[in-house]
Amino acid sequence: MTLMTEGKRKNKRTIPGFGLTMGFTLLYLTIIVLIPLSMVFLNTFSMGFQEFWATITEPRVVASYKLSFMTALTAAFVNAVFGVLIAWVLTRYEFPGKRIIDGLVDLPFALPTAVAGITLTTLYSPNGWIGQFFSFKIAFTPVGIIIALIFIGLPFVVRMVQPVLENIEKGMEEASASLGANRMQTFIKIIFPELIPAILTGFALSFARALGEYGSVVFIAGNMPFKTEISPLIIMTKLEQYDYEGATAVAAVMLVITFLILFTINVLQWWTGKRYSGK
Amino acid sequence: MKKLMVWSSVILAFGILAGCNSEKTEGDGKAKTVELLNVSYDPTRELYQEFNEAFAKHWKEESGQDVTIQQSHGGSGKQGRAVIDGLEADVVTLALAYDIDAIHEASNLLAEDWQKRLPENSTPYTSTIVFLVKKDNPKGIKDWDDLIKKDVSVITPNPKTSGGARWNYLAAWAFAEKKYDNDEAKVKDFMKKLYQNVEVLDSGARGATTTFVERGIGDVLIAWENEAYLTLKEFGDDKYEIVNPSISILAEPPVAVVDEVVKKKGTKKVAEAYLKYLYTDAGQEIAAKNFYRPRDEKVLAKYQDQFADIDMVTVDGKFGGWKKAQETHFNDGGTFDEIYQPK
Repeated sequence: MTLMTEGKRKNKRTIPGFGLTMGFTLLYLTIIVLIPLSMVFLNTFSMGFQEFWATITEPRVVASYKLSFMTALTAAFVNAVFGVLIAWVLTRYEFPGKRIIDGLVDLPFALPTAVAGITLTTLYSPNGWIGQFFSFKIAFTPVGIIIALIFIGLPFVVRMVQPVLENIEKGMEEASASLGANRMQTFIKIIFPELIPAILTGFALSFARALGEYGSVVFIAGNMPFKTEISPLIIMTKLEQYDYEGATAVAAVMLVITFLILFTINVLQWWTGKRYSGK
Repeated sequence: MKKLMVWSSVILAFGILAGCNSEKTEGDGKAKTVELLNVSYDPTRELYQEFNEAFAKHWKEESGQDVTIQQSHGGSGKQGRAVIDGLEADVVTLALAYDIDAIHEASNLLAEDWQKRLPENSTPYTSTIVFLVKKDNPKGIKDWDDLIKKDVSVITPNPKTSGGARWNYLAAWAFAEKKYDNDEAKVKDFMKKLYQNVEVLDSGARGATTTFVERGIGDVLIAWENEAYLTLKEFGDDKYEIVNPSISILAEPPVAVVDEVVKKKGTKKVAEAYLKYLYTDAGQEIAAKNFYRPRDEKVLAKYQDQFADIDMVTVDGKFGGWKKAQETHFNDGGTFDEIYQPK
């Protein structure tokens, strides 16, 4: 109806009613995201600040944050590099079986993480198919954790970068080449800047997913305190002791740090987008 | 705040229950069919499959009622939490008395004296902790001291997440106390050495078995006796063998009727009969066949060859009950954490 009143609205919108859709968006986000997340904080309020602080700064817990963030960052970084490479191959070349490989990329999404964890542990344990060829231990060390996290995070980068690569016009590359740039220069100066926001998003998503990952990691980690104990496992161990507050306290810390990191990446993304789009 | 969380899980649980139980019948003793939910821990899956069948037959003969029993298995602590958060279990059969105590404390779904209501501490069958080693015992492991040798690698689950692992820990502790004549510093040192030899801390008993058997990691698995026998049955006694330590612990996985749930569902009579049936000859036989030590002397005598004679301490006798053991050893800041503090 509002669409018909002329003069009041300049743009015609496909879905009617900004108020209605915005209202729905807020309600939906509140029920699905905000209320569950606020429970994490509300639950911690029942413990005093001192107790809260003691819980979240316990050496074992701190060691687990470090491990969780370091492995998640490493895995996201590896995915950012190799995800771009895979996306590149999938968009720029034609070869038999391309559709199948393209489909394979999504497999880590669909697979239950526990299955991934068990499979990877079997492969990388000292007597496993792959593990036996290495002189050092992979499963039950942080290296094993990183491998599991690379596995579950791979699709994010590929699926973010792929459409952008597809949309880059060939003409730009040709122009760059005709102006005398070699292939490396063309990639670094023309293509890469276009990809940065997509890579950052893929990196952020892969990182966030890795941080919260529990299912695939508990099998391959070995779960040794101070060495291979991830924060989600600490949360689980607290729950096993019926320590709801302690568990949510650790969860709250994870939530805050994750939020800060994602926020930083978003700012970076906004900044690079602005800088390279020339607006 | 806890209330809100409990409520939301209750609502969720109701939704799920309503979804799959459209024809729920109330078992007030008159209805023709009745349904029970037995919330249990991991390694009892095989035991209760067999037992439920036997009980259903028995109950049909005795009361003419058809009874179907749903089983829910998982880590003991996790199962306890599910009941606290609103999973409507008629009976709980968990790995430790502590997990049932926690249900009483957190939700008051059953009375404090639950453990006194059935014979033998409400524990119809027991088990103990033994070692599983590779065939012919290449590292020559005979007792707990052998586990702290430098070149021995040990597999046991994490006592923070696994009920079974807590039995393992306490059994080792009991050995050390005897060996070092209650010198606490030496006992802790022993435990520290033992856990330094642990290569992987799985989150549950089954996971630890997998690590040892399938991944081939470690020289010795500290395991429930029934789990060890099950492994032999599953993977062959030509590959593994069981070593009985000189001293171990009497592992008592207790059972209880959840009062508030059976009152609401009207299943009190059948739930009580269900647990009591565990103590009958038939129930004891099934337990023994599944490698649990039966309480009944007669049945135990019949299966005597199956169970080695091990000197066993009890949690109540040695550690002052589960509540105390949990606080001293396994809660945050307890001795287990102490063992894992960096120097």
